Amino acid sequence: MTALLELENVRKHFPTGGKSLFGGGVASFVHAVDDVSLTVEPGETLGLVGESGCGKSTLVRLITRLLDVTDGKIWFNRRELSDVPARIFARDADRAHIQMVFQDAGESINPRFTAADAIADPLRRLLGLRGEALRARVEEAALQCGLPLELLGRFPHQLSGGQRARVGIARAIGTRPRLLVLDEPTAALDVSVQVTVLKLLQQLKTDLGLSYIFVSHDLNVVRLLCDRVVVMYLGKIVESGPAQAVFEAPRHPYTRSLVAAVPRLDGVRQDAARLVGDPRSPIDPDPHACRFHGRCPVGVDRCGVEMPALRSAGAGREAACHLVE
Amino acid sequence: MTDVLRVEDLSVAFHTRGGVVRALDRVGFAVEAGQTMALVGESGSGKSVTAYAIMGLLEAAGRITGGRAFLGDTDLVATPAAAMARIRGKRIAMIFQNPRAALNPIRGVGKQIADVLLRHGGATRSNAWDRAIDALRAVGIPDPSRRAKAYPFELSGGMCQRVMIAIAVAARPELLIADEPTTGLDVTTQAVVMDLIGEMARDTGMATILITHDLALAAERAGRIAVMHAGHMVEEADTASLLAGPRHPYTARLIAATPTAAGSLESLQSVPGGLPDLRSASIPHCRYAARCERSVPGCDAVLAMRPVADRHAVACWNPL
Repeated sequence: MTALLELENVRKHFPTGGKSLFGGGVASFVHAVDDVSLTVEPGETLGLVGESGCGKSTLVRLITRLLDVTDGKIWFNRRELSDVPARIFARDADRAHIQMVFQDAGESINPRFTAADAIADPLRRLLGLRGEALRARVEEAALQCGLPLELLGRFPHQLSGGQRARVGIARAIGTRPRLLVLDEPTAALDVSVQVTVLKLLQQLKTDLGLSYIFVSHDLNVVRLLCDRVVVMYLGKIVESGPAQAVFEAPRHPYTRSLVAAVPRLDGVRQDAARLVGDPRSPIDPDPHACRFHGRCPVGVDRCGVEMPALRSAGAGREAACHLVE
Repeated sequence: MTDVLRVEDLSVAFHTRGGVVRALDRVGFAVEAGQTMALVGESGSGKSVTAYAIMGLLEAAGRITGGRAFLGDTDLVATPAAAMARIRGKRIAMIFQNPRAALNPIRGVGKQIADVLLRHGGATRSNAWDRAIDALRAVGIPDPSRRAKAYPFELSGGMCQRVMIAIAVAARPELLIADEPTTGLDVTTQAVVMDLIGEMARDTGMATILITHDLALAAERAGRIAVMHAGHMVEEADTASLLAGPRHPYTARLIAATPTAAGSLESLQSVPGGLPDLRSASIPHCRYAARCERSVPGCDAVLAMRPVADRHAVACWNPL
């Protein structure tokens, strides 16, 4: 099977402007994404998890080609996209094939656009649809997302949170993309509505044969929706594998702490794996030390002098830790 | 145990251009010393309005239309604004959802803690700064004497929330109201912040009201849970019995909608319908009736919380 999306050693470093006023000294870089390789198969949902500042959002912007890579390759449908500058890609035919659903549709939709305008905008810009064809496609997308047509004339503030989320999804699937990147699509919703939106996403995936990249803080939601999961820490992948297996028996100590920190409805608390402190600075990190070293509850001296590589840990799983056999 | 706070029949209305919104209707509950009580419910259920009403911080359009809220022997509803200003920060403290927005952005965090200590904590000009540094140390901020000079934007979200907690507990309040204290924080930071709130409560015997939309967080951190819906309290019980045997259909629905570490997407169920319009003159007595699959003809009768088991009360004519 050929992967729909493939990332090969992708890096994104941002200059910090750390050079001295007179041009002397050495430039500093924020290592937002460092040496990330991953694949998304057709029809697959890949979860992307990690704390804020771990590089999830930068990685998403690289995949959606809103940012250019510093180094590495991105392949979409066997075509190399990493050498197309983001500025040019905005008008590329594949732009319509990689779409994004943002966190809070109430914030991400132009408040002066009606629901219909919001859904029509990418169709107009990317597919050049006009008139009757445009109207038909807008209505088709709305109905696929369970949005009643009589709501299409409303503005975002006249819609409920769940309806706004549907507009955000309809707008993304209108161009008939192959890959949908979902950035915390249910974070702004109450649990009462969240379930409906998650089920809708699941339905659309099978109906339209989509692949998803699902970014979320909520590990329970990731587990529900994702086939595989990638855990990031300070720009690097620390663990990946089938979602169910990773959450049931995490191999990397960071994943263990992350899973243990999720509140459970049965009220059982796992205090043992508590993570203290904040991640270290992403500016020019020590290339020889594990990024998790210092915060890791089980770290040894070796972790401070040798960066662990992401290695196979059996059964389609990978972990970057010296202590994982 | 003694009740630190006892709220009785608290009602709040907001006067808007669209009409009078009856945001809170005869809400009552009590919190014991050292206890954590969680208020849970969807957005718009009245959780935060309850907190703001207790704190005397309702915006101008909001009015307490009835009820009482006793902090010890003091009825907060009847307390004039000037006296409330002496109670807030000293006897009741509050922490908010977005700590960076709640802190003063142009004042160092150490000074902000010292301000509270001077006003309510019996500190003097000469020792306020040192005590502020002690307070930062007590909430687990590394290198507190350096961090005391930092501004909120220089600290992470989790750090800012720890500063907020330091400010809130500076005067050793009897009651802490935590309004979605960890929304927007990472789960790892959430765990640390909630641990800290728990430790402070244990050490000082302070009572805590935890306002959250996250039932799992409430399950983990609170001894008691009160479920709110559209300005009504619908169920109140000890956490274990509420989760194991919810009696109100809405509570049962909320539990069934919450994703867990096991179970599939198919097993989750949404809560159908939405909140009723609280502006209309004829809001039904049971504000959940229109969404409820168990509603019976008797549901239109006047409704109040009534006990169904030991320490377990529910407002429903046809409970589970």
